[in-house]
Amino acid sequence: MKRLAMRSAAQASPALRFPAHFIAGRVGTSFKHEHLQAILAEGKRDRFFEVHAENYMGAGGPPHAALNQIRQDYPVSLHGVCMSIGGPQPLDKAHLQCFKALVDRYEPALVSEHLAWSTHGTTYFNDLLPLPYTAATLARVADHIDQVQEAVGRQLLLENPSTYLVFPESTMSETLFIAELVRRTGCGLLLDINNVFVSATNHGFAALDYLADFPLEQVGEIHLAGHAQQADDEGELLLIDSHDCPVADAVWKLFDVIISQCGPIPTLIEWDSDLPDWAGLKAEADAAQTIIDRHVQGKAHAA
Amino acid sequence: MPLEGREGGFCGELSYAAAFARALLDPDLATPTAVAGPKSKAAVKRYNVYRNNVTVSLINALAAAFPATLRITGVDFFRAMARFYVRATPPRSPLLFDYGRDFPDFIERYEYAQSVPWLADVARIERVWLDAYHAADVQPLMPHDLAAIPSDRLVNTVLKLHPATRVIRSRFSAVTIFTASRSDGPDSHLEVVEPEDALVTRPALEVEVRRLPPGGAIFLSHLITGESLGASASAAFSESPSFDLPANIRGLLEAGAFTTVLLRGKLTPCSGKSPATYGMPSGGAFNG
Repeated sequence: MKRLAMRSAAQASPALRFPAHFIAGRVGTSFKHEHLQAILAEGKRDRFFEVHAENYMGAGGPPHAALNQIRQDYPVSLHGVCMSIGGPQPLDKAHLQCFKALVDRYEPALVSEHLAWSTHGTTYFNDLLPLPYTAATLARVADHIDQVQEAVGRQLLLENPSTYLVFPESTMSETLFIAELVRRTGCGLLLDINNVFVSATNHGFAALDYLADFPLEQVGEIHLAGHAQQADDEGELLLIDSHDCPVADAVWKLFDVIISQCGPIPTLIEWDSDLPDWAGLKAEADAAQTIIDRHVQGKAHAA
Repeated sequence: MPLEGREGGFCGELSYAAAFARALLDPDLATPTAVAGPKSKAAVKRYNVYRNNVTVSLINALAAAFPATLRITGVDFFRAMARFYVRATPPRSPLLFDYGRDFPDFIERYEYAQSVPWLADVARIERVWLDAYHAADVQPLMPHDLAAIPSDRLVNTVLKLHPATRVIRSRFSAVTIFTASRSDGPDSHLEVVEPEDALVTRPALEVEVRRLPPGGAIFLSHLITGESLGASASAAFSESPSFDLPANIRGLLEAGAFTTVLLRGKLTPCSGKSPATYGMPSGGAFNG
């Protein structure tokens, strides 16, 4: 399969409608419209914002007005949540066209999607559902990633999932599956460290072992988020990727390890429900920025 | 490829989605045999995490789209009703702002909602409110655009509808109840006896919901189908003798219901009405 030539946002469009803000080393947050006024009032320009692509697939109205406003002053990451790349059926071409239209319209600094599926037949389940890791699914997912990258003309960052169960039919590990997708498609990766921690707890492996096997050199963005606790059938801890609370201490520690190893990767605090006010969300972002800055300064001192 | 099964399904290594999806919205079905916990653990509660995510997230999507309906019924009633709907009618599109188009019809048939017969109409207003919210950004037709047309030509004029504009007719006081239920004020007992027709528009970024005056819904519904101002007014007069044409035109323009004049009418003899009737006098617009 062909390897896609990487293009930056600036190269993707000959006539930029927005400033090309740099995203390297920045910390971002999920963009929520209820925070817009506080963000604009604060007036700081050192962050980025991530939006769920599907929320901006309407024709017009307040969502586009808000995103236009934020995109003037900040780099934006376009995060797709329902392309169903991990499903066996063909991608929805109309949906892919809507996704491409958003990439063209907003010139995002980063474009990402999930290793998961959400549509089967004509039913959309509104969740990131898991897939077995086999030769057949690898070939199918690689085809889908090729198709997305060709449609948008950009490198796609693929996010590792959080999962609650396994498919006994799987013949390879998740990290091997992901590494092979990178090799076949030239896609980049969105490393969700909370997902790694959630899956590690749920499946009884060490998060650091997973990260040691993960193709870290391909990571273009990091996600951090909060998780909730439940119990499985045996009464043992089952973590839920809930995005409704602060990042856990264990996840901060893993983030510290990854940043010290990989350098300042753009990092997002994901918070989607039970939203705090802007000050509360900003505090999480500041904590991530402190870790990144400490490692950047440490490197500068060592040099 | 042998992996593609009959009837568009997949078999072998690509059958996982069908096996996984089947029980997601049906709590009576067993956990799929294709999945397991790690190290031979059970997967019942683990699979139920996905079931819960699917159902709860879709109920949440409906709760976000129908806040007035939720306020009227209360949270527990709404979520129970929405759970039935989600399981019977899951989304066909990943764009959740398109979801729930037939939720008002479901509410109208819902056994436990029969004591609130106007609830479905409030939900109908909420559904088109969401359409208006996401509609394309288009500058509405201004009153002076129409004022520029000689009054004797207005009768044959056809107006292009703004993409956000919607009409909902109700046998109940659905607009009053909708407006009260979306306000921050305290719950109050409302008279629900008078029929009300809703005009929903979005002239700029704010969605606006107004009550249409008598005959207004018929008038607008004829304009929507591309009929001229004159023909639409005739239809409105025949349903509602108190139909006030100038006030209706003025109200629709103030609400931003149109975008352009598609066809400027040719001079034709007016039947019964003096040309001045089609002018743009001032005075009482629609009540919001």
